[in-house]
Amino acid sequence: MSDIRLEMVKKNFGATEVIKGIDLAIDPGEFVVLVGPSGCGKSTLLNLIAGLETITEGNIYIGGKRVNDTPPRDRNIAMVFQSYALYPTKTVRNNITFGMVSRGIPKADQDAAVAEISTLLQIERLLSRKPGQLSGGQRQRVAMGRALVRKPDVFLFDEPLSNLDAKLRIEMRTEIKKLHQRLGKTIVYVTHDQIEAMTLASRIAVMDNGHIRQFADPKTIYEDPVDLFVAGFMGSPPMNMMPGKIRTLGGQCVVSTGGPEDEPLDFLLPPALSERACGQEGRDVILGLRPEAIFAAGTELPGANRFIFERPISVVEPTGPDTMILFHHAGLDVVARVRPEDARPEGTLFMFEADMEKAKLFDAKTTLRI
Amino acid sequence: MSRNNLGGIVQQKGTRHLMMRTLLFLTLGVFCLYYLIPLIVMIATSLKSLEEIRAGSLLSLPQDVTFDAWAKAWSSACVGVRCDGLKPFFWNSVAMVVPAVTISTILGALNGYALTKWRFPGADIIFALILFGAFIPFQVILLPMARTLGVLGLAGTIPGLVLVHVIYGLAFTTLFFRNFFIGVSSGIIQAAQIDGAGFFGIFFRIVLPMSLPAVVVTVIWQYTQICNDFLFGIAFTVGDSNPVTVALNNVVNTSTGVKEYNVDMAAAIIAALPTLAVYVIAGAYFVRGLSAGAVKG
Repeated sequence: MSDIRLEMVKKNFGATEVIKGIDLAIDPGEFVVLVGPSGCGKSTLLNLIAGLETITEGNIYIGGKRVNDTPPRDRNIAMVFQSYALYPTKTVRNNITFGMVSRGIPKADQDAAVAEISTLLQIERLLSRKPGQLSGGQRQRVAMGRALVRKPDVFLFDEPLSNLDAKLRIEMRTEIKKLHQRLGKTIVYVTHDQIEAMTLASRIAVMDNGHIRQFADPKTIYEDPVDLFVAGFMGSPPMNMMPGKIRTLGGQCVVSTGGPEDEPLDFLLPPALSERACGQEGRDVILGLRPEAIFAAGTELPGANRFIFERPISVVEPTGPDTMILFHHAGLDVVARVRPEDARPEGTLFMFEADMEKAKLFDAKTTLRI
Repeated sequence: MSRNNLGGIVQQKGTRHLMMRTLLFLTLGVFCLYYLIPLIVMIATSLKSLEEIRAGSLLSLPQDVTFDAWAKAWSSACVGVRCDGLKPFFWNSVAMVVPAVTISTILGALNGYALTKWRFPGADIIFALILFGAFIPFQVILLPMARTLGVLGLAGTIPGLVLVHVIYGLAFTTLFFRNFFIGVSSGIIQAAQIDGAGFFGIFFRIVLPMSLPAVVVTVIWQYTQICNDFLFGIAFTVGDSNPVTVALNNVVNTSTGVKEYNVDMAAAIIAALPTLAVYVIAGAYFVRGLSAGAVKG
C-alpha cells in the first residue's frame, strides 16, 4: 500500500495549461475518484500519476518516493483503460501474463498468478479466447485481471465503465467496490459520472478547468459543496439554482426569487442561514435547492423551517420510484421530486413544500457558498 | 462486417426486369471477353508450333498442343549471346524481390510505428518528406542513384538493385503502415508500457502481429512493383545480373532468323506468372487489407 502526494503539479500542452497547479494527498488504501466535466484535466492528471505524460512543474510522490522521472513500468502501478486496451492478437491468458513475461518472471509463478486472478474475476473459462471473442463486460474483467495480476501498490482506473451498458455498469461498479474492500489497495479512479463517484469513493476530488474545486468525502461533497460548480455537478437531476435577493420581510430574512414576469417567491431562511447571509439587504444570491428538498406539501413528516408555495405544474416526468414535477420559476424549470401517487397532471395548480434546512446559498458574483 | 448478405433484399420481378438483367449480363460478358482476348491469344500462341502459327490465324486455337516453346523459353532461348533461356534471370528476380520486399516492409512498419506511436517533434514534417518520395518519378533518380551505387561499389549487381528498390519502396510502405497504425488505439501502447515492454518489445510482440492486414497489402504492393519493374532493372544491372523483365525484352529483341512468336509468348507469360500468382492467391487479402479500417470489425 502506498500513498500518493501531488505538489503544485502543472501540465502544459504547448501553450495550453491543462493542469494548473494541483495539490493532492491521497492516503494509503484510499479510493479517490477524480470527477469533472470532459476537458477538465482529470484524465491528464491520471496519466501524470501513471507516468504516461511528463509533468511540466511540481512533484509527484508515490509511496514517499519522488517519481517525476520514473518511467511507468517502474512506478509499481497498474492501469485499467477506458478502451480496455487489450492486446487483440493475444489470448486472455497471454494478455494477463504479458507484463510478467516482459519482466522475466518464471513460468510457474505466472501460472499461479493467472490461476489466482482468473478465479477471483471468474474468467477461468475465457483464458484461451481472444479479446475479439469476448463481450464488453468480459473484456472489462480481463482488463482488470491484467492490472490485478501485477499486485501493484496503486491502481489507476480511467473511466473503466463508460463503454458498458447501464445494467452491466452498475454490476461492475459493485464489483470494483468489493474488490477494493478485499484488496485494500490505493485506487485513483477517473470518471465523469457523478453517481459512480458518489458510490465508489472514500474521497472525491471535483475538478474543473485544471483545478480541484473540492476534495472531500462523498457526503460532504453532496451536502456541503464549496461553490456553485460542485453543487451543480453532483446530484441527478441537478440542484435547482434560483437567482434571488436577500430581503427582510416583517423582521424575518428571506430570499426573494422570480418576478417580474412570474409572481416572486419569498423563501424564508432558517436561523443558521440567515445568520450568515442576512444584514446585507438586496445582496444578489443564488438559492440552491436539490429536487428532493422540494416535495408535495404535507407528504413528509412535518419539520421546522418548511416553506409552502403554490405553482402550476409545467411538466411531469415519472422515473418509477419517484416522479419529477417541473414548474416554471425565475426563468428556469425548477424540479421537485414527489412520490408517484402525489403527482398531478400538467397545468394543475400544485402545493409545493421546500425543506429550507437543506437549502444552500451562494454568492451570485463569486459563486462561493455563503 | 466485411461481407454483408445482400441475397435477402427484395428485388423487382417481371419480363421487363428479366430483359434488363439479360442485357446487363450480356454487356458484362462482352467486356470480359474483350479483356481476356490478349491473354487467350498469348496462351494459344505459346502452345502452337511455328508451322501452325504461320499457317493459321492469330485467334485460332492450337490444333496440336505442344509445350516445346515453353521449354525453350525457360531453358534454351537466346538472351543476347547467352542461350540458357529465362531460367537464370528468373532466379535473379527472385533473389532481388525477396530481400527487397522483406527489408522495405519491415522498415516501413518500423517507420509507421515510430511516426504514430512514439511521436517526436517534427514527426509530421518527416512523414511529409517521406511521403514526398512517393511522388518522385522513377526517371528523376536514375543518374544520382547510378552515381551512389558506383560510390558504394554496388553498380551492376543484384544487391545494388535491392537497395534501389528498398529506398524507393520506403515511401509507400511507410505510408501504408502509418495509416494503419494511426487507427490502433494508443491505449494499447500505454498498457504495454506499464506492463514493462520497450520500443522494440511492443513493436514485435504487440504491434506487428496486429498489423497483418497492412503487412499483406504492403507485401503484395511491393512484390508486384518490384517484380514488374523494368526501368531500374535495365538501368542498374548488366548482362548476367538482369532481372527477368529485362531478359524478356532481350529474348524478344534477339533476332536470329525466324521470329519465334510461340517462344516470345511463353517467355512473356513466364515473366508475368509470379505477379499473377500473387493476385490469385492473395487477392482477397489485398482487398480486405485496403478496406481495413474503413469499416470496423
